[in-house]
Amino acid sequence: MARAVSTQRKAFNTVVAWGVALLIAFPIIWTVLTSFKPEPQAVATPPIWLGFDWTTKNYHDVVQQRGYFSFFLNSVIIALGSTALGLLIAIPAAWSMAFVPGRRTRDLLMWMLSTKMMPAVAVLTPLYLIFRTLGLLDSRLGLVVVLMLINLPIIVWMLYTYFKEIPGEILEAARMDGASLWNEILYVLTPMAIPGIASTLILNIILAWNEAFWTIILTVTDAAPLTKFISGFSSPQGLFYAKLSAASTMAIAPILIMGWFSQKQLVRGLTFGAVK
Amino acid sequence: MSTQASRSAARTMLSPAVILLFVWMIVPLVLTLWFSFHRYNLLTPERYGFIWFQNYANFVTSPDFWGAIVNTLILVLGVLFITVVGGILIALLIDRPIWGQGPVRILVISPFFIMPPVAALVWKNMFFNPTNGLFAAAFHAIGLRPYDFLGQAPLASIIVIVAWQWLPFATLILLTALQSLSSEQLEAAEMDGAPPVKRFWYIVLPHLSRAITVVVLIQTIFLLGILVEILVTTNGGPGTQSTTLTFLVYKEALLNFDAGKAAAGGVVAVILANIVAIFLMRAIGKNLDA
Repeated sequence: MARAVSTQRKAFNTVVAWGVALLIAFPIIWTVLTSFKPEPQAVATPPIWLGFDWTTKNYHDVVQQRGYFSFFLNSVIIALGSTALGLLIAIPAAWSMAFVPGRRTRDLLMWMLSTKMMPAVAVLTPLYLIFRTLGLLDSRLGLVVVLMLINLPIIVWMLYTYFKEIPGEILEAARMDGASLWNEILYVLTPMAIPGIASTLILNIILAWNEAFWTIILTVTDAAPLTKFISGFSSPQGLFYAKLSAASTMAIAPILIMGWFSQKQLVRGLTFGAVK
Repeated sequence: MSTQASRSAARTMLSPAVILLFVWMIVPLVLTLWFSFHRYNLLTPERYGFIWFQNYANFVTSPDFWGAIVNTLILVLGVLFITVVGGILIALLIDRPIWGQGPVRILVISPFFIMPPVAALVWKNMFFNPTNGLFAAAFHAIGLRPYDFLGQAPLASIIVIVAWQWLPFATLILLTALQSLSSEQLEAAEMDGAPPVKRFWYIVLPHLSRAITVVVLIQTIFLLGILVEILVTTNGGPGTQSTTLTFLVYKEALLNFDAGKAAAGGVVAVILANIVAIFLMRAIGKNLDA
């Protein structure tokens, strides 16, 4: 009896939960559907749910007429470049704070966090002028550096919380055995830290890929990534819903898939370890 | 047991990150302060000169300023309310035993990974558009006249878009916190005959308080900086109905080319953000000791 009730309850909860989940994800599902519609059917009233003439023409158009790949390439370069550079700088820093903490380590961590609090508009004017002076406007290098700096505190923090969980005794044992500092990092620490580093890497790629303040303001065409490309659809241009949908689908697909695999790390990274 | 050698090596490894972040923070900030005291229009740079607090006076007394502050507050508080309340409800829902918990979680968190311009433009065109949007079609279907969401209620519409983007974040964090709640405590309360509402109010909510604090503070930092969602949907309008502080500074800097006034606005934004930041640092700082 009790079992029957609980199964019924579970069925009810399942229906409600799926309903809410589908509602939340609906704009994404609708975008993907629309991307396969011919333009006139994309704006049809009443809306056509599934019985439209499926086509991949929109994808062809976006790729061929609008030069999708150069934007995609810029997104990849900027996301991967800033992440790699960030890890290169953050790994040693997080290592030293986790294993050789000093009196000031805590203050230093809090200070790094505080740099994240600076509103982007506060530095908009000087940064724009610095970029203009150095000829870095619309350059990939400039964006790689800016995005690396924006996310550096998050990378350091995330790595720090992961490194903290590695027992220090193991490092001491290695040291006793005569391992040098670099060997210790390379052969003892790194293998243990790989999962943490991988999570940090994924989260940072997601953040850099979706960053849409500096990537839009500091680029024109040459270094423009997908965020800028999509923003180009902001003024209406005849029938364009299906093409907007196709471009959007291509822009979000890789990151959406990465995101699904990094739910847990997302919580940890974005709360600076405050919620695990 | 760190040796002298490893301590100096540690300093060496730490310094690149510290120096870079220090430069990144201090150089633009000093320049912003510097510009904020100067007459500096990018179109007429020859008229550059020191003018004390004139930029601040102009920025704060401009008719758009207080409206922008109010809009910023409405945007931040509106999104926080929807995401925290919605996040708690959805987290409670998913936390119960259901079939297909994995796929449900994936569906719920997906909006968080959508880049801002995509989210904003999809909502603007395919949902809010008064001729071709889905909401217009729904209004038609029930015999109502279509409503121009972004034209008539621009700020509320932007709140919907931004709340949709951040709801997954709140849900995910609250769900993580919920899963660390011991079921024994809840079962004991149930045995004692506590009704669900009381169990939620006296056991679940206090347990979530820390996670709620974190959600509120972190979202506030990000929400204060919202720009693209406004830029590609309403462009701050109609009039200044959806102009926030961030958008106002952006407008001064890159549309009016008034670098001095924009810098003064930037300093105002820093002061506002710092007030929020102090609370955030306290909340997260406590965790370091734990």
